[in-house]
This record gives sequence, C-alpha cells and structure tokens, in this order.
Amino acid sequence: MKLARVACAGAIHAAQPQQLSDGRAGVRLTDGRTLAEDEVVWLPPLEVGTILALGLNYAARAKELAFGKEVEPLVFLKGPGTLLGHRGVTRRPAGVKFMHYECELAVVIGRSARGVRRSEALEHVAGYCIANDYAIRDYLENWYRPNLRVKNRDGATVLGPWLVDASDIPDPANLGLRTYVNGKLTQQGNTRDMSSDVPALIEYLSSFMTLTAGDVILTGTPEGAVNVEVGDEVVCEIEGLGRLQNTIAGDALFGR
Amino acid sequence: MPLGPRPAVSMDVPPYGLSGTLYGALLNHQSALQALGETINHPPYQRAPQAPVLYLKPRNTLAACGEPVTVPPGVAELEIGATLGLVIGRSACRLSEERALEHLAGYLIVNDVSIPHQPYYRPSIRFKARDGFCPLGPRVVPRAAIANPDSLTLRVYLDGELKQTATTAQLVRPVAKLLADVTDFMTLSPGDVLAVGVAAPAPRARAGQVARIEIDALGRLENPFVDSAA
Repeated sequence: MKLARVACAGAIHAAQPQQLSDGRAGVRLTDGRTLAEDEVVWLPPLEVGTILALGLNYAARAKELAFGKEVEPLVFLKGPGTLLGHRGVTRRPAGVKFMHYECELAVVIGRSARGVRRSEALEHVAGYCIANDYAIRDYLENWYRPNLRVKNRDGATVLGPWLVDASDIPDPANLGLRTYVNGKLTQQGNTRDMSSDVPALIEYLSSFMTLTAGDVILTGTPEGAVNVEVGDEVVCEIEGLGRLQNTIAGDALFGR
Repeated sequence: MPLGPRPAVSMDVPPYGLSGTLYGALLNHQSALQALGETINHPPYQRAPQAPVLYLKPRNTLAACGEPVTVPPGVAELEIGATLGLVIGRSACRLSEERALEHLAGYLIVNDVSIPHQPYYRPSIRFKARDGFCPLGPRVVPRAAIANPDSLTLRVYLDGELKQTATTAQLVRPVAKLLADVTDFMTLSPGDVLAVGVAAPAPRARAGQVARIEIDALGRLENPFVDSAA
C-alpha cells in the first residue's frame, strides 16, 4: 500500500494514489474525495522521529568525492525542520555556487530496534519513501562534517510522496534511482551499489542506539549530483516508490 | 511532533513540554577553541569555524535528572559536557540579535555526554548519540527569571568534588548572537533546545561515579554513571 499525508480543505488527510477519470494522476482521501495531485498540499508522509543520513554510501559517489572505501558507515543527523513534502519549494540562497540534490532511498523504521542482527533487520522496517536531500557545498567547513548549514536547512529535505509498505518492496537492494532536472536525466543509480546496504545500516546503528518507529534512515546518493538553479524542477524517482517532485526558488519568494 | 518518550522535565510556561529535538553548538566556548591551539589552522581543519558548528542529540539520548548514564563496554571514561540549554518558546526563524531572547521559553541544564574522541573533522555519531547520553533538566526555568544568560556560572561535581567551573560569559557567540546566526538557515520550533557550547577541558566520569551539574538559578542536574553490565 502507498499512503500519503496531504492537506486539503482545512484538514490533514491520509491519501492513496487514484487515477482521475480524465487519466491524470490523483489521490483518493480516506473520506472518499478524489482530487488531482495539484489540488492538495503534500506533507512528508509520516511524523518523522530521528533522521539519520548517510554520506558517501555508494562506491561510485565515494570515488567522485575522492575517498577510499569507508570502514564505518558515515552517518549524520538531521532535524525535523528540514523536511518538505512532494511538490514543495526549496530555497537557493543568492550568491551560492554549488547546490545539489541527492536522490536517496529513505527507510522508515516500524518497530524498535536495539542490537538487531543483519538477518532480522528488515523485520524492523515499516516501509520506504523517496528522499531528495539537498546540500549547499559553499557552506562546507571542516568541523563535524557535514555541518548543518550545508545539510539541515529549512525545507531542504524533500520526503515522499508516499510511504510504501515494506511488503511491497521485497528487495530494497535492487531498486533503480533516477533524477531529472527540467526533464533531463542527470543522475542514475541502483541501490545494489550501496557500500552499506539497508540491513547493514540497521545492524550498525542499532548496535549503539535504539531506533524507534518513525525514525528514518536516508541511505545516501549515487554519483551524478549536479548543481541546480532557481526555477529548476527536480524529480527524483525510485523504482516502486513513485516520483518526488520539487522546485528551486530564489530569496525573493522567502522575503529576503 | 516527534513520537515516543520524552524525558520528564517540568515546564510551567508555553509550550509546556520539550519537542524532543536538541541541537548543540560545538566549539562555541572560547576555552574549547583555545584547547585546540594551533591545530585549528592545520589539516584537516585549515581554519577556525566560520558559521556555528552544530550537532543533534537524537531522542534516544534524552534522559531526565537521576537516570543512569551507561558507560559502554571497552570505554574507560565519558566526557561530561555541561552546558546551558536554551528552550524555544515560539517559532524562531531569522531572529535579530536584539529580539532573539523574546523567542525563548526559558533555560535548563544540559549534560551532553560523549565518548572522548578526536579529531573533530568527521566524528562518528556513535560517540554522542548513544541511548541516555543527554540528561537534561531538572526543569525549565522561565526566561524572565534569568536577567542575563551570558553571565551564568556552571559547576561540575564528581561524587561531590568540584571538577570544573565555567561561565557563559566566555561564549564565542553569546546567546542572542548564536540564536540569530542559527535561525538564519534553520527554524527552531517551540520546545526545541539549543545547547550553547561546552567549556574545555570537560571533566570525565567513570562507572560508579555521580555527576552533578549546577548552573546559577537553574538548579542541579545529577546523574549516576553505571557499568554496562550493571
């Protein structure tokens, strides 16, 4: 099952995909209303707890950033204020030179995990979403990398559109990822190329911290993260999870 | 807002409870920068931090006054990161220094516990994000009760013996400046905590010891450190 959280006509609703009578993609709210994709406001598909994100988790991406194979997964933490729903708008500050998207498989924990072995790790997964985890590399400094000014900006982590049940994704280690900027394919990869796969990440993290239902692991991005400009439309796709759309806007929209 | 258990910290002003999100500023106490000396200007760092260096303590780390902190197997001592926590009262985005404090609900004591580690280039979160590694409290003291958050004295005691004295008068970015710089790129929400920075050298505790942190007018935060086998 695919479930979204949307705002519509004064309330927040659960919604499922529903094709409209004219063939367009739409949603069906639990109360029976059917609406076009652009007639609702898309929120992140769940109330997220702790957000754990991976750096350099694809072999090719690590090479791109001139690193050897990481011995230990490289994890950083993000706060809830950085999340944004499908079709949302992300700010590109004036004057920055390199702001890039990162299409990532997001793993949603469904059941507490502490000291979980790899073989049982997937039993703790509720489902999956697409994440687009923007970074502004101009702000990178060499202290506690990657610093939050690069990776924890308001509205710079798009999550959705759906939370897809784990049972619908039998093999999270073989999903194609693609990113399009203004319709042009700019990033392509497959989750089989992760340095630490989903079970390994759950085993690693749960070896020193308790993961709780609602925690989300953003599993890193393959090579092909390129600069985006104001006005660009960025679409991240992951096989079986849908397509996550987002637009880049300048300072003026944010009153700056 | 974040699900799951939140530490029992009494709070008699809006929003009447913590959100469960805690950010901390690193290297924001002058002594912490001084302790690094010339290494700041060499690889991998190259230069002193320009923007605030922030981290998160996730919800699994948050613990109340009195809860034990577990010293992990193979680790001799843990760092006691005594610091002042700013509790956000209303949504804080792009604050001016002049009006920053108006957005606070109050203050509390934070113990940002870490496994001692170096370097600070890209440390693993397993040094700071372990279960129970962030006791805080005992209560949120309303903003109005603290005339000047930039002149508070912190004291750390181990088994009753004074081990560290520090003051918030020596922050690299004083409270209002820190709030202004942080909220320029990320909004702080009601109930979020921003820890202002730990002084160096931080005292270390072994299993079997009790750490007590006192801050003027904020009370005392006391937590026993216990062995993982206990």
